[in-house]
Amino acid sequence: MMRRRTLNSIPLALTASLALMSPWVALPASAADYVIDTKNAHASINFKIPHLGYSFLIGRFDKFSGAFSYDEKNPGASKVSVEVDTTSLNSNHAERDKHLRSADFLDAAKFPKATFVSKSVTSSAAGQATIAGDLTLHGITKPVMIEARFIGGGNDPWGGFRQGFAGTTKLVLADFGMTHDLGPAAKEVELDLHVEGVRK
Amino acid sequence: MLMRDTINGYGTVSRVFHWLSAIAIIALFALGWWMVELPYYSPYRNSAPDLHRSAGIVLLIGIIARFLWRISSVKPSDADLTPFERRSVRLVHWGFYPLLLALSVSGYLIATPDGRPIDVFGIFTVPSVIQQPGLEDAAGWAHWGLAYGVMALAALHTAAALKHHFIDKKDILTRMWSGPPRA
Repeated sequence: MMRRRTLNSIPLALTASLALMSPWVALPASAADYVIDTKNAHASINFKIPHLGYSFLIGRFDKFSGAFSYDEKNPGASKVSVEVDTTSLNSNHAERDKHLRSADFLDAAKFPKATFVSKSVTSSAAGQATIAGDLTLHGITKPVMIEARFIGGGNDPWGGFRQGFAGTTKLVLADFGMTHDLGPAAKEVELDLHVEGVRK
Repeated sequence: MLMRDTINGYGTVSRVFHWLSAIAIIALFALGWWMVELPYYSPYRNSAPDLHRSAGIVLLIGIIARFLWRISSVKPSDADLTPFERRSVRLVHWGFYPLLLALSVSGYLIATPDGRPIDVFGIFTVPSVIQQPGLEDAAGWAHWGLAYGVMALAALHTAAALKHHFIDKKDILTRMWSGPPRA
């Protein structure tokens, strides 16, 4: 316990001394930059696709990174960008993962990265926003809208400051050039996103 | 009927091993080649890979048994071959064992790196030993390349056997079909 406290107090002390030295840091915070906490895995990118129309298959991408800026007083000025390692697809079944990473779907050997870069954020109600941006997947870039919801934010117990969001969007597989036929019920995939950012 | 090999030819066990593994290897290649292109709604979409995995494990067991039989048996004479032919024959014959072993292991690693065992005809299961995310991709490429490698070696082996039979008029092909002459 002592060890952890000592370690955590170093960034705190640094921040405090920086704040004293540079007056602009001490001004009331407006937009702040956050790094998505993939280091300690408080973020996940999940997908959900109907299986035969009888149930849903849930999978995830284990590796990704990203950052966002967020100003709670002006959510419309927020920005977010995420890069996903498509080879890290994980649906809890090795043979299926191999197929989903193959040229029938993601072609992860050729397109190892998928990216999302926001273009505009429109807040519709308190704690809710639509994030419009460009998704590049399977080498194809298309505009998508993510329905995002603010979950919570504030100091964490370890000297950091965090903000967390959840978001959903729906993609038509064929829009991104993935035309391998999984049947009439499985043309669209839902993305279920959970993102916690640590202030830089 | 001679069970064991002699200096003059192959006994029943070696000949049965030879032709059963020939059939199994070609059938598994054809099955694998066909099943990876099956559409999602094909009735064989689940049963074909199940059969391929099961038969592959049985082939692996058979190949190990065959190898043990081979190294504990007399090798029929290849004295009528030229030194070059003899070297090539040994390379091709012994080349099958490491290739088939690697082919089997790579297939096993496609199916098991998520911890799932391989169910062999519902009779027994082969447990997962190595669990590593993404291993199935590398194993898949290896399995693909090794499968074509084995087929290339089999084609070479067949062409050589046919040449010895039809052009060189040797009994190489017939002695794998009928047993050695009784001494």
